[in-house]
Amino acid sequence: MSTTTSRGVSRPAPAEAAPARPRRGLRGRATFNFWLFTGPFLIGLLVFVYVPIGWSLWLSFFEARFTVTPDKFVGFDNYRQMLENSDFTASLVTFTVFAAFIVPLTWAISLGLALLVNRLRFMRAFFRSVFFLPTACSYVAASLIWKMSIFSGVRFGLMNTVLGWFGVENIAWLADPDPPWYWLVIVSARLWLQAGFYMILFLAALQNIPPELYEAAAIDGARPGWQTFRHITLPQLRATSTAVVLLLLVAAYQAFDEFYNLLSKTTWGRPPLVELYYTALGQAQDYGAGSAGAVVLTLLICLVTLLQGRFMGFGRGEEAE
Amino acid sequence: MPGRKAHAAPPRKRRRDRGGVLGSTGLYVATGVAGLLFLVPFYLLVRNSLSTDARITGENWQFFPTDLKWGNVRELFDDPTVPFARSLWNSAVVGVLHTLGTLLVCSLAGYGLARIPYKHANKVFYGVLVTLMVPSAVTFVPSFVLVSSLGWVDSLRGLIIPGLFSGFTCFLFRQYFLGFPKELEEAARMDGLGYWGAYWRIVVPNSLNFFAAIATITFISGWNAFLWPLVIGQDPDAWTVQVALSSYMTNQTVNFHLIFMATAISILPLVFVFLFLQRWLVQGIAQTGIKG
Repeated sequence: MSTTTSRGVSRPAPAEAAPARPRRGLRGRATFNFWLFTGPFLIGLLVFVYVPIGWSLWLSFFEARFTVTPDKFVGFDNYRQMLENSDFTASLVTFTVFAAFIVPLTWAISLGLALLVNRLRFMRAFFRSVFFLPTACSYVAASLIWKMSIFSGVRFGLMNTVLGWFGVENIAWLADPDPPWYWLVIVSARLWLQAGFYMILFLAALQNIPPELYEAAAIDGARPGWQTFRHITLPQLRATSTAVVLLLLVAAYQAFDEFYNLLSKTTWGRPPLVELYYTALGQAQDYGAGSAGAVVLTLLICLVTLLQGRFMGFGRGEEAE
Repeated sequence: MPGRKAHAAPPRKRRRDRGGVLGSTGLYVATGVAGLLFLVPFYLLVRNSLSTDARITGENWQFFPTDLKWGNVRELFDDPTVPFARSLWNSAVVGVLHTLGTLLVCSLAGYGLARIPYKHANKVFYGVLVTLMVPSAVTFVPSFVLVSSLGWVDSLRGLIIPGLFSGFTCFLFRQYFLGFPKELEEAARMDGLGYWGAYWRIVVPNSLNFFAAIATITFISGWNAFLWPLVIGQDPDAWTVQVALSSYMTNQTVNFHLIFMATAISILPLVFVFLFLQRWLVQGIAQTGIKG
């Protein structure tokens, strides 16, 4: 029992014969108040989080098409169906490719932006705002700009116009999976949307590095620039870096908005959530298989989270950069 | 909370000028180029939203619009095919109620968990923490099932209520209240205020900064949410602005200028939030390190 309860429990027994009854009354009042304060939240959590999780587990063992009160128990059939379903496994591959691009790129670019902004003397707040502003946009809005203006597959798209100046033919960015240009569209959109947010985290961390460390390094003859960056800045940012990578991974796993909007009519490039959306709420309304997929996905996320916390420690990742 | 200090006017000692004028110029050039890249999408959005379709799809790419079509705003709201005004209204109502509700429910719970001595408080807290491991986006199938069996599909209730119980926001409030100076409350308690009184009259008024930061972040994520509103809003009258925008993209007829105007308007409230509440926002994010 740590801080939360220490006040009621560890208060030293009063020197005078403080009677037991008022104390129990106090504690009873605390208990009552505890439930009064947390009750509404806990009830909501139970109904809207725990019940869906339980329901999902339960549904995943039943044949549940077009119904959520199924009676046909099928054991692990839904799981087998999902894992043998090439669309679902392909979506896991899609996620892996996506994460392999977006996580290191966002990490490096948001850190780079933070280093830039942190060194500015004038207009620091201005540039911080500029990089941070895209966070205000929704993924839907960004998808729209990306799909209909920047990476529009026709001649009036910005990219095709610019490439046209160099004599490059129009590229169908999203309409053709070969070559898979759609990755460029999807990764750049998310990069634009989220780099500023992680830059803020890195900025906060950079400003918490004691300046004495740099002074000491200078005295020891470390050249400013790469040497101090590698031996002081990066190690000092380790905790933030780890947190950022973890947040990026989880966010990548839950990618839905931009894939759904950018690739709505296509069958390629579907990450797991989009696949589940079509499985459970599409034509087939297969809640059983959808739930099984959700359970598989949840287990994977938990696994990745645990593995990352366990093994990465981030040291090697930084050295390799 | 190490981040707390971060933005309290960093009295950073000026380190040695690295590289002098040349390095400093390079620094500003690099930052400026990056900044321009980040601003291009905004520029395109504004340019397209105030142009005609012919101008947008024209053969020669014109960087600067010659005349601004402010009439596009009116045309957008008069367009009967997509209930855009209705979707804006839905988003505003959902955003505000979602924010207020989350603040109320989660702050109370966070305070209870942090400060009210109860034997099993830690066990309850673990029960909250466990839910963080399960990403909410993954439970949308059963959540949809649950909400539809409550008859809340296509309703504001369905859009708002399930989102109020964020384990993460509760966790943030608990962490914050753990760091709240106890002395203030103890003085209040001695004056005869109960937990409830101390909470409303001492704790909340002294925590407005934190509440504002969480409110800003919650509002932004509510306004920008897509998956859940998409699942719940089957009828166009229950669409939020994000779902309405998305419907433009899959529509057969494409009115570029209207689509971009709608997008620009959908972003406007948050740009204001960003520009005016940035201090709280940055503070809040730096303190908590959360995803918006």
